[in-house]
Amino acid sequence: MADITHIQKNMSSTLTPAGYYQRWRLIKDTLARHTVVVGGLGIIGAIVLIFFYLLYAVFPLFLPAHSETVASYSVPEKSLGKTLLLAEEEQNEVGVRFTDQGKAVFFAVKTGKTLLNESIALPENTQVTSFAQGDFANGIVVYGLSDGRAVVVSHQYTLSYPNNVRVITPSIDYPLGKEPLLIDNKGKALEKIAFKKGDDVSTFVAKTADQRMILTSFEKKSAMFGEEPTLERIDAELKTPAKDVAYILINKDHNNLYLASSTGLLSYFDIGDKAAPVLKQQINVLEAGSKITSMDFLNGDLSVLVGDSHGVISQWSMIRDAKNQSAMQKLRFFKASENPIIAINPEARRKGFIAVDSTGEVGIYYTTSERELIKESVANAAPVALALSPRANSFLLEGANNQIHVWQVENEHPEISIKSLWQKVWYESHSEPEYIWQSSSASNDFEPKMSLTPLVFGTLKAAFYAMLIATPLALMGAIYTAYFMAPAMRLYVKPGIELMGALPTVILGFLAGLWLAPMVELNLAALFSLLMFLPLSVMLFAYCWQRFLPKDYKEKVPEGWDAAILVPVLLLGAWLSVQLSIPLENLFFNGNMRSWFSHELGIGYDQRNALIVGLAMGFAVIPTIFSIAEDAIFSVPKHLTIGSLALGATPWQTMVRVVLLTASPGIFSAIMIGLGRAIGETMIVLMATGNTPVMDLSVFQGMRTLSANIGVEMPESEVDSTHYRVLFLAALVLFMFTFVFNTLAEVIRQRLRQKYSSL
Amino acid sequence: MIKQWFKSGEPWVWLNAAAVSANLILVVGLFTLIAVRGLGHFWPAQVVEYGYKDKDGIATVIVGEVVDTVVLSAQQAKDANYEILAGGDSLEQRLIKTGNRDTTGMDFHWIEQQRISGETYPADMLVVERREWGNFYGRLVAVKEQGKTIASGAQAWPIAEQKLQTALELFEEIDKMQQKDVGAINYALERLRLKQKKLQLKNQWDDNAKQELAAQEAEYKQQYQSLQGELAKLNEKIALDSIVVKEASGKEVEIPMSKTVRIYQPNEMNVFAKILHYGEKVVEFVSDDPREANTEGGIFPAIFGTVMMVMVMAVIVTPLGVVAAVYMREYAKQGFLTRLIRIAVNNLAGVPSIVYGVFGLGFFVYILGGNIDRLFFPESLPAPVFGTPGLLWSSLTLALLTLPVVIVSTEEGLSRIPKAIREGSLALGATKAETLWRTILPMASPAIMTGLILAVARAAGEVAPLMLVGVVKLAPTLPLDGNFPYMHFDRKFMHLGFHIYDVGFQSPNVEAARPLVYSTALLLVLVIIGLNMTAISIRNHLREKYRALDN
Repeated sequence: MADITHIQKNMSSTLTPAGYYQRWRLIKDTLARHTVVVGGLGIIGAIVLIFFYLLYAVFPLFLPAHSETVASYSVPEKSLGKTLLLAEEEQNEVGVRFTDQGKAVFFAVKTGKTLLNESIALPENTQVTSFAQGDFANGIVVYGLSDGRAVVVSHQYTLSYPNNVRVITPSIDYPLGKEPLLIDNKGKALEKIAFKKGDDVSTFVAKTADQRMILTSFEKKSAMFGEEPTLERIDAELKTPAKDVAYILINKDHNNLYLASSTGLLSYFDIGDKAAPVLKQQINVLEAGSKITSMDFLNGDLSVLVGDSHGVISQWSMIRDAKNQSAMQKLRFFKASENPIIAINPEARRKGFIAVDSTGEVGIYYTTSERELIKESVANAAPVALALSPRANSFLLEGANNQIHVWQVENEHPEISIKSLWQKVWYESHSEPEYIWQSSSASNDFEPKMSLTPLVFGTLKAAFYAMLIATPLALMGAIYTAYFMAPAMRLYVKPGIELMGALPTVILGFLAGLWLAPMVELNLAALFSLLMFLPLSVMLFAYCWQRFLPKDYKEKVPEGWDAAILVPVLLLGAWLSVQLSIPLENLFFNGNMRSWFSHELGIGYDQRNALIVGLAMGFAVIPTIFSIAEDAIFSVPKHLTIGSLALGATPWQTMVRVVLLTASPGIFSAIMIGLGRAIGETMIVLMATGNTPVMDLSVFQGMRTLSANIGVEMPESEVDSTHYRVLFLAALVLFMFTFVFNTLAEVIRQRLRQKYSSL
Repeated sequence: MIKQWFKSGEPWVWLNAAAVSANLILVVGLFTLIAVRGLGHFWPAQVVEYGYKDKDGIATVIVGEVVDTVVLSAQQAKDANYEILAGGDSLEQRLIKTGNRDTTGMDFHWIEQQRISGETYPADMLVVERREWGNFYGRLVAVKEQGKTIASGAQAWPIAEQKLQTALELFEEIDKMQQKDVGAINYALERLRLKQKKLQLKNQWDDNAKQELAAQEAEYKQQYQSLQGELAKLNEKIALDSIVVKEASGKEVEIPMSKTVRIYQPNEMNVFAKILHYGEKVVEFVSDDPREANTEGGIFPAIFGTVMMVMVMAVIVTPLGVVAAVYMREYAKQGFLTRLIRIAVNNLAGVPSIVYGVFGLGFFVYILGGNIDRLFFPESLPAPVFGTPGLLWSSLTLALLTLPVVIVSTEEGLSRIPKAIREGSLALGATKAETLWRTILPMASPAIMTGLILAVARAAGEVAPLMLVGVVKLAPTLPLDGNFPYMHFDRKFMHLGFHIYDVGFQSPNVEAARPLVYSTALLLVLVIIGLNMTAISIRNHLREKYRALDN
């Protein structure tokens, strides 16, 4: 070959027309070779591409969060008083500073330039005695005054697009009216205040100068005939020593009130009835020797975050126990620092929070994944105020030296950690740590729960039951077909069973879900009777056939056609088993096996359960295992079996001791490939199970598998969201599962092929 | 004796044989089940009239088709809170398709056999297949034209049939006009809008262009007006006639002819009429659009979508698969690399199809498609053209999925070609590429064909990845139509397999949809079995040929 090319090259150098043609031929040959090589290697490329693309999509889940400083400037309009609250709006362009002199200073976040300077309408001759944030999402704050009144203010932003440029205009508003509301009827100064505004109800809780805890609520009563709605006022006093109360929190449903003293005593009130608040529980939330230094709700107001003087932040939530009693319990804690936690700010849309300690070290944490995402030293001394932006992608910190520090945060997927994906997680208002997959919820108050464990469990459970049914049938069928069956019959049987493999799984799933499941539900006893009596009836028939049938008849059936005779026998046996199941069911199971299971054994019955999946998916896997195992057994060299038979072994002994042993790697690889198929199968499990992600080993319960989960949720997930990436992770897990099984199977098969060729 | 028998191993052999028989019974049983259910759907069922006394003792008349029967044992019935009337040891329940959903709210009813007091099959029972609200069962009372009765009693039937014929013709005309002509104008207007945006983006939106586009738009609008006028006339004409049908409760219902697809009296039909009806229904099934949330009518768009998708896929997968197989057999040195490729091929074959779907969605749709949109279709942003699931991405994803099928089959074909042929060709001075192109590939073409057919069969039945990359339950337009550029690779399409899943499991009226699902399943099974059989026979034929060549 090399010589020829050499000669051809020489010819082409003369550049005659024929030479051009020869050169063209050579070029074509080279071109073809390169194309083919690229194409061939492309196959490896394809599988590598799939793997790396999945990895690429999953990777950001595990990237650490990242933050960097953007700007730092001195507090705008410093002369207008000390900062009580800092806040940012949605776009991180405008910030606001509420001061103890009743001013709202709006400033540009990037530069610190004052944009707007509003005075809040405070009555004359009063001082601000307390201040609280009412509602993070709607920007509501409340000022408590020295005459027992309070003013509710909100900061708002309107977007406009003059000349296609976004302009944000800040303003303040008085959602409950400009006139201060009288909170304490006795007119004493409000030392501490808390406020929540709902659509119809507004609730104030305040500690007065004479050490009373008062609860005042205003309910909007819609009047008839389109008149102005009237405000109904309810006053109540909380029967609790008010002296120590340092923190007051009201939840957004206006039915829970939490008071905490700095010594760590947390009191929980039910204020569902505003006129009669009830103390439900008092509990010490601290270790001895520490003090509460900050406290706030986590988003959703279902749990309280308590920061103490030793730098520990603990999450407490109302948990219902087995006796349906609810009590505050500590879900988890973060050791954030050695120094007191000065401020805690929850994220507005997720279950994360930001905290700062007395040395100005800021940390961002996520509760369910128990991750510490960011830890940065931002200011060097006792910070004054901390603000996390609504999108949690920026925060402001005012340090003791009157400097405001602006930081940018990149924290896309804090809710995912190895622990939250694979281990039990204690979710808010759940009675214990659990594995839960519940990727979407009605509102931001409830977090998506993304534990892959129940899905992997469901996948393995479905695959297990499918293999339980498929492996014996397929392997036994393969053994008979490859070794005992007459060649003429094998010619039809093998492609016949392999044709099963071509059947779309959507059809199997549809039949399983709509035909098999209701039928099995009605005839459960018949199914079990079939499993029990069919093998028996075959044995019985075989015994009678060999023992009692006259030889003349026996010899009429050529060798290797037993399977054909058995078809009517099986059909008859099946009919008998079904008939037999009715008296048996009456005798042992009170006439209804299904209700017997649920009443006597306490096993519930789902119509679409693991049994149905096992049967349907088993059916889908049989041809795969059958075909590969049959090939392996059939290609065992003939001289081995002939030798064994010649030495006096029975055909069955030869089968078990020689053939199966030789073919065992091939059979193993058949089972691996079958298992890989069962794990990845989507349509059957999608249609034949209830798709509920429960972790229950019972054969009568459904499951949700990784693949079905992807099929159901992928079309609805938002691109690049955490949910989307977790689904990619599910796909990657599936890919890895099958990659391991298939590679193992193929390597074994290649070994086997070499072995046979040497035999 | 028995012990000895067991020792010989014979019982195990028999048990193994039984496993083969069981497998065979399962295969045959499954095909039979699908075939019987799928074929039975089109046969006009008898309409039965039951006298029925319900639980509270109220006597009613129930008219409909018996769809299903379930027998509960006494205990099961008791556990499910059914009462068994004196003397029975089981409870037979029948599912009756009673139709008339608009008047009764439900078109399927479960009744208990023990409470039936009389069963007749009245000859004058009429079944009206409607475009909305499902079937109507009742007795024909009269035919009306413009609200006036023109025939009643015995004369009503022939007149009704005649009127229906004209109504159907009119309907077809209206439908064609709406689908084709109005659709084309809308499509053209949309293209004009995009053209304008494109010019604006390029800063070429000057007065000239403005005038030109405005003129075109005006022309289309005028065409549209005139079409609307014609349509209004036709709609007026079709709304003239109606029939009055009396349902079992005695209530008379007027059904406009424009909402009627078919009327027939099944109890009076003879075998030939039934066969004719059967044929009509089968033709409707394969050639019509679906109606009533896919539970009635045909599945033509699903067939068309499946075929289109599979054809595009075949165009993509064949060269790729053949090239890879040629590399492994003809170019690569047998060794570590080829073993690695074999592992890759096997893995490609073994990766779950849903993973291909995820890959297709993320890589093809969002990355490739998104970038194509940004580069070539800036005018339609933010509405995606290729950056959304569609035909092209489905075909590409399935091409990747079926690649191993083509490779394995082609490789087998190549391995069967005797070495002498290659050597002969090379010895005559042909280059390797020429040998390949002129001798090897032509000889291997039946093997390639086999692989392709198997790939097509696999793709036709695959649903899971398609759910992510382009299939929809109802596509308003086909991927191929009369509007430039005729072949719309970006469109979403319908698919037989997904149709089965969607209609069987997502449909609001599963009972009504079930027979159609069986028929669709049967069609799909037939197509796939047919393709597989063809592939197998080509392969067998091929093996014979090479055996002859070897000798």
